[in-house]
Amino acid sequence: MKRRKFDMAAAPGNTARAVDERFQAATPLRKLLNKVFPDHWSFLLGEIALFSFIVLLLTGVFLTFFFEPSMTEVIYNGSYAPLRGTPMSAAYASSLDISFDVRGGLIMRQMHHWAALLFMAAIVVHMLRIFFTGAFRKPRETNWIIGSLLFWVGFLAGFTGYSLPDDGLSGTGLRIASGIMLSIPVIGSWLTSSIFGGEFPGTIIISRFFIAHVLLIPALLVALISVHLGLVFKQKHTQWPGPGRTNSNVVGERMFPRYAIKQGGFFMVVFGVIALMGGLFQINPIWLFGPYEAWVVSAASQPDWYVMFLDGSTRLMPDWEINIPIGDGYVIPPLFWPTVVLPGILVGLSTLYPFMEARYLKDYRSHNLLQRPRDVPFRTGLGAMAVTFYVILTLSGANDVIADKFHISLNAMTWAGRIGLLTLPPLAYYVTYRLCLGLQQHDREVLAHGVETGIIRRLPDGRFVEVHQPLAAPDEHGHGELGYAGWVVPKKMNRLGALGPAIRGFFYPIEKPAEAPVSPGHPPVEPRVEREEIGSGESRR
Amino acid sequence: MSTHTARPGQEQLDVNDPGLSRFDIVREGARRDDIEIVHYEPQVAPGSKAERRLVRTVAGFFLLTGLAATAFLAIYIWWPWEYAPGRGGDKLYTPLLGVTLGVALLGIGFGILTWGKKLLPKEVSIQDRHEGVSTEDQKITGQTMLYMADELGVKRRPLLGVSLLAGLVPVGAVVAAPLVGGLISNPHKNNQMMTTGFAPQDGRKIRLIREDGRPIRPVDISAGGQITVFPGIEHGVSNLHADSPALLIHLRDVDAAESRRNNEREGHGDYMWGNFAAYSKICTHAGCPASLYEQQTNRLLCPCHQSQFLITDNAKPVFGPASRRLPQLPIEVDAEGYFVAKSDYTETVGPDFWERP
Repeated sequence: MKRRKFDMAAAPGNTARAVDERFQAATPLRKLLNKVFPDHWSFLLGEIALFSFIVLLLTGVFLTFFFEPSMTEVIYNGSYAPLRGTPMSAAYASSLDISFDVRGGLIMRQMHHWAALLFMAAIVVHMLRIFFTGAFRKPRETNWIIGSLLFWVGFLAGFTGYSLPDDGLSGTGLRIASGIMLSIPVIGSWLTSSIFGGEFPGTIIISRFFIAHVLLIPALLVALISVHLGLVFKQKHTQWPGPGRTNSNVVGERMFPRYAIKQGGFFMVVFGVIALMGGLFQINPIWLFGPYEAWVVSAASQPDWYVMFLDGSTRLMPDWEINIPIGDGYVIPPLFWPTVVLPGILVGLSTLYPFMEARYLKDYRSHNLLQRPRDVPFRTGLGAMAVTFYVILTLSGANDVIADKFHISLNAMTWAGRIGLLTLPPLAYYVTYRLCLGLQQHDREVLAHGVETGIIRRLPDGRFVEVHQPLAAPDEHGHGELGYAGWVVPKKMNRLGALGPAIRGFFYPIEKPAEAPVSPGHPPVEPRVEREEIGSGESRR
Repeated sequence: MSTHTARPGQEQLDVNDPGLSRFDIVREGARRDDIEIVHYEPQVAPGSKAERRLVRTVAGFFLLTGLAATAFLAIYIWWPWEYAPGRGGDKLYTPLLGVTLGVALLGIGFGILTWGKKLLPKEVSIQDRHEGVSTEDQKITGQTMLYMADELGVKRRPLLGVSLLAGLVPVGAVVAAPLVGGLISNPHKNNQMMTTGFAPQDGRKIRLIREDGRPIRPVDISAGGQITVFPGIEHGVSNLHADSPALLIHLRDVDAAESRRNNEREGHGDYMWGNFAAYSKICTHAGCPASLYEQQTNRLLCPCHQSQFLITDNAKPVFGPASRRLPQLPIEVDAEGYFVAKSDYTETVGPDFWERP
């Protein structure tokens, strides 16, 4: 019998056919490969959060191999000489070992920490993008809610992780967290005692935080992120308005190959930046803080940046204690308001915002086109108000450092924060609102009169006027008829092609320069036919 | 396939037509998914100088990755990494790993990005969203679900529904019970929230000790000085007695007199011993140690949220978010000349809570 020749070239095709005959994958796969994604730099912010999360998972798994989540007291006997012989918890000792006695452990720890900070930062910036462009509107309210929950779950993940090394700084944070839980009316002491297994700090909290940090919270994060991405996929991404773009289509690139390749490259870049930060920038040097001791603290003990706004709100809160004279008397401590009630309000406001806005505008239609922030002044103003509020709280979270470095009275800083918190957000609203209106007006002006050319012409009667380049064929008054399309209005001659195309190449040109060098005085206003944009909306280079 | 495939004026192509190019088939496939590739333009001409240059760039990035990754491995293996005090090569270990790893990853990242952004053709495709809701489908699904309810007959057989509910609700409680029951812990067990390590044991008063365990005589602290003290019991200097630590302050004569006057006003006339007063170090706000003592103003500052307590007036809060004074520890000197606590703190130590007396 003759042996059948194996045809190498036909192998992939045969395999693909064999797979499809069993799983009927061809049609869904083609749909996936062909799915169209719109492109804009601001759509990549959420990706940074996703990629940081992947780095968190990778480095976090490494750390679990060496971390010992136990509060058993041990005597440190590792490499770091200044702490040798100090009694400390096994958690702290193993964190020191990761930093000093595990080869490459320190960079993993620092990458994990930086990735966590980047994760939270990317979530916040991504959320601002969604808010200011109106991407949360119907049909995407669910994804907005999931996104805001992701911030808070990420907050919990960050706090539990921050507490694990059981160093002097994180122990103080834990102590404050116990105080916050204690302040909750009626159930406070029971809640705290149940979580800590008795009186603070007890001996079990690190183990409980560990399992929350490495299993429960990541599982929740993975679940929320999956639903988040699944919904983006199902509902299709929003897009900016532009030529050919409507509420019922998506204009962009097919997912494969170009879009997916760019995503892969971007992941590597984010990973690389985290690696650089983890190697070059020290973060959370726990060996300088010493083990947690309930009686030791130093000034300038700040939490991670995303917790600082709560620290700030706590510092700014006046000492308003509410006493309820029933029976033996009950207390609602001032700590309760800025640390439990305020975040509660923030969660409520942020999750309900899409519905409140829809109700206010009586707008219950689906929106797939984004809005420029200037076109919705009230929303942009509200956003500016929220950002101002948040920034003041965050700065107040470091007001002792600011007071120290700039030689300002600490009490003055507190009072400035209190007054600023009440006065600056409305001011920010007003200023932003006016800015939006001004920008709108300028867009309309350019559409009506054209772009300033920078060419001054002297009229026969001696007046000087600036020549404007109309964007459309003008009528007899020199006015164009262009309507505003919700997208960038060109305001510089360069945007109209007045600048000759750049000559590519670094040391020598690799292309022939454009044939007719264009004089700035005589810009070609007609778009050149061969380079006509069909409407990706992005710039040429 | 979906019925949207055929657009007006467009025939479905026969993909088996040998005259079609591969791109024609791709475009036909996209069309069947309601995607119109309206613009498809190579960015570089095949074989052009620009293309060769870009290929060299991408290859350069990938080779840089290989180089950096190799350097990472070499450093990881051979660079002295073990911690040694002082300035040593080991201090560069982590930065070098970071730089090589970062460069390796950035190299592959920028290589891929250049490949994708510059070498692949640019395209603009338009896909329909298909958000138009089919009311007919909604109706069919709705009716199907209602029919399912009919089949189950919950309406006609109400006993089933009620009994199912009655059966399942306790099951939910069963699921929650071990968690709640296991975790719950009575905060008032042994009156733990109200007592500290300074509570006299068997009528024996507890000594004030330093962090190293030695007891303290009045002569050990000069006027204006202060020291953190702990209960002289087993594990007194540990987090097991996290609420016990106090600040023992030797006040100057004038301040001591004022302090005593204010003590007497509050009925704490005998809490001080001579010019010495001891106050809980645990902030009544959030529980941080309030440990920054300013001699000039006799204020004690908590560095966490900047509550300030005036020591000469029963450590009452004078600024910041704290609303309750620091509890005072009544002290005296025993027969051997060492400080002891006359009794436990007479007020609750630490952050406030709902049922605090």
